[in-house]
Amino acid sequence: MKNRKFTLAAMTAIAPLALTACGGGGGSASSSGEVESLTVVDYYNNEPDKTLVQEAIDRCATELGVTIERETVPGKDLIQKVLQRASSQTMPDVLMLDNPDVQEIAATGGLSPLSQYDVDTSGFAQGMLEAATYEGEVYGLAPTANTLGIFYNPELLEAAGVEPPTTWDELKTAAEQLTEGDQYGIAFSAIATYEGSWQFLPFMWSNGGEETDLTSPEVAEALALWKGLVDSGSASEAVINWSQADVKDQFVAGKAAMMVNGPWQIPALQENPDVKFASVQIPVNEEGQTSIARLGGEVWTVPVTGDDAKQAKSAEFVECMSNDENQLALAEARYTVPTKTALAEEYVAKVPEMESFTEQVANARSRTGQLGEEWPEAATVIYNAIQLALTGKAEPAEAFEQASAG
Amino acid sequence: MTQTELTTTAAASSAEAPPPVRARRRFSREGVTRLLFVAPAALYLVLFFGYPVVKNITMSLQEYTTKTFFTGEAPWVGLANYQAVLNSNLFWPSMTNTALFTIGSIAGQFIIGLALACYFKRRFPLSNFLRSMLLLPWLLPLIVSSATWRSILEQDSGILNQFLGTFGIEPVPWLTSPAVALIAVVLVNIWVGIPFNVTILYGGLQDIPDELYEAGALDGATGWKAFRHITLPNLKPVISVVLVLGVVYTIKVLDIILGLTNGGPANATQTLSIRSYQESFINFEFGVGAAFSNILILISLVFAVIYLRANRRAVDE
Repeated sequence: MKNRKFTLAAMTAIAPLALTACGGGGGSASSSGEVESLTVVDYYNNEPDKTLVQEAIDRCATELGVTIERETVPGKDLIQKVLQRASSQTMPDVLMLDNPDVQEIAATGGLSPLSQYDVDTSGFAQGMLEAATYEGEVYGLAPTANTLGIFYNPELLEAAGVEPPTTWDELKTAAEQLTEGDQYGIAFSAIATYEGSWQFLPFMWSNGGEETDLTSPEVAEALALWKGLVDSGSASEAVINWSQADVKDQFVAGKAAMMVNGPWQIPALQENPDVKFASVQIPVNEEGQTSIARLGGEVWTVPVTGDDAKQAKSAEFVECMSNDENQLALAEARYTVPTKTALAEEYVAKVPEMESFTEQVANARSRTGQLGEEWPEAATVIYNAIQLALTGKAEPAEAFEQASAG
Repeated sequence: MTQTELTTTAAASSAEAPPPVRARRRFSREGVTRLLFVAPAALYLVLFFGYPVVKNITMSLQEYTTKTFFTGEAPWVGLANYQAVLNSNLFWPSMTNTALFTIGSIAGQFIIGLALACYFKRRFPLSNFLRSMLLLPWLLPLIVSSATWRSILEQDSGILNQFLGTFGIEPVPWLTSPAVALIAVVLVNIWVGIPFNVTILYGGLQDIPDELYEAGALDGATGWKAFRHITLPNLKPVISVVLVLGVVYTIKVLDIILGLTNGGPANATQTLSIRSYQESFINFEFGVGAAFSNILILISLVFAVIYLRANRRAVDE
């Protein structure tokens, strides 16, 4: 018995020593002369996005005369990956970040401002620039943006004699009329992650609520709307566990006649030819209010690597990724919206089903525009409050106060 | 991690214990050989357990955020992180949940595991095959099993509620009601833990000599009596090991809860390990996250000590 333990201990002791020998040995940066290659990290690790983005990357590689070494990581692992590479001083030359994360990373001093390289940032949607701005400097450009809207099944609405809703009251009645059997009127994601907060924001903002004052009555009204939908049975109680992908699955399965979701789900919806869908903007509380959606999308940035020539080339690369050609190509293929507002008309002419989303993007706000680095904290309070209210642990009016207490 | 830690500490401690034969001390060649044998294990412990633990303790005394990764600066803040942990509204609920989760899981796993182990003690056609099938939950990656259970427990269309519905039972809000979610998570964790309990307890049962049962049967001890007076006392060392190891494994469970409820609904399934994970990797407050996990380590340590003592006693016997 004891002998076996010895051998085991010795074996477990040696294994990692052998393994560590394999690490390291990545590309070494040459800081002089022509830049021949750039490394890129992004989170488009699933098809079709992976290939579509690769095409844009290839176009820019040819244009700049460099070879690109690309690494894709799963979305939820990106920040951890970035932090690891930052601490080992192996940041990529070009880094893609989800827009609400840009300020957090920029605040660390790990990104270089684009103004250093004379990158033209005019003509971009205001919300997207705000998201990529930290202390007055723009740190990245996004080729395309996405947002949220209401998807509905036109056949079901027609059968029930319901018009697509434009106000909260219409939304409530429509959802109620569309609920029958195992089909709910509406589905949305109220999950206890940033996804839940992101889905809630358009309702809160359109009603005049602000993330700087979450205990205001405007915010509570938006929460009361969600709670009403669940309490009346128009939405499933399970919304508090649904991610946006789950919401899409419910819609595709015919278990929800409407859903709050983003245009990035369109390719998945099209895979099911039986599923008919159309979209409208997020309804507003009272007529006359503007529907304000939250801006989504990924920003390409230039990390500080200490190699000036490479950083300058990377800035050119970032600019190229967001040129007109790439914006339109990526937007058309990925059902996202070009961030240069001048391209909107041309784009809607090409992809008419994106009309309501393109309108939304023009008014869309970034999550971090007001709070910057404080945003993650506010987002946590928002999803906690939603969970408290929808599970009946707090009234909508008190939920935010309770959630802010930590 | 804890598992390897325990086995290696166990191995190391038994390695350090002087062999009972030839008790006279000799620091000569034999001593050096002994040291050399211990060295790899010691080095391993220092590198892979010593360093992370020390790092975790220092981290919990620092303001360690995203910035730290870029600048390398982490200002010392004393016990502020621990203060933040103790003052957070979720601390005591997560302590209670950790306790309920651990006790509930262990009780269920152990009772069902022991029952199954006794059942399989009897040989019957396909018993070996069935026993190996029991290992299935253990072999599945936890992310896979929790995703599967999530769809089974889904309120509207999950098969569990559909099944209960055929008996006229109203749909149970397994993962959507704060009152039920913890129970659901415990049930899934019991399912995950049964194979471990069956395997160890079955092994223990094999070691009980049949003669004892034969002798007992002559004296009229059969069935329940045999179980109480023969099986249980003889199984005691194994039982204590199973229970203590079970506690150490269960108290730190993260993936199952993360996959099933992500700590929700309305924080109903927040445990110390979920808090630690979320503070570190969602809020990027690595210092606070480290403080949470140190509290967890401290609690596990108590049970680890109990385990080592029980183990030593078992070896001595």
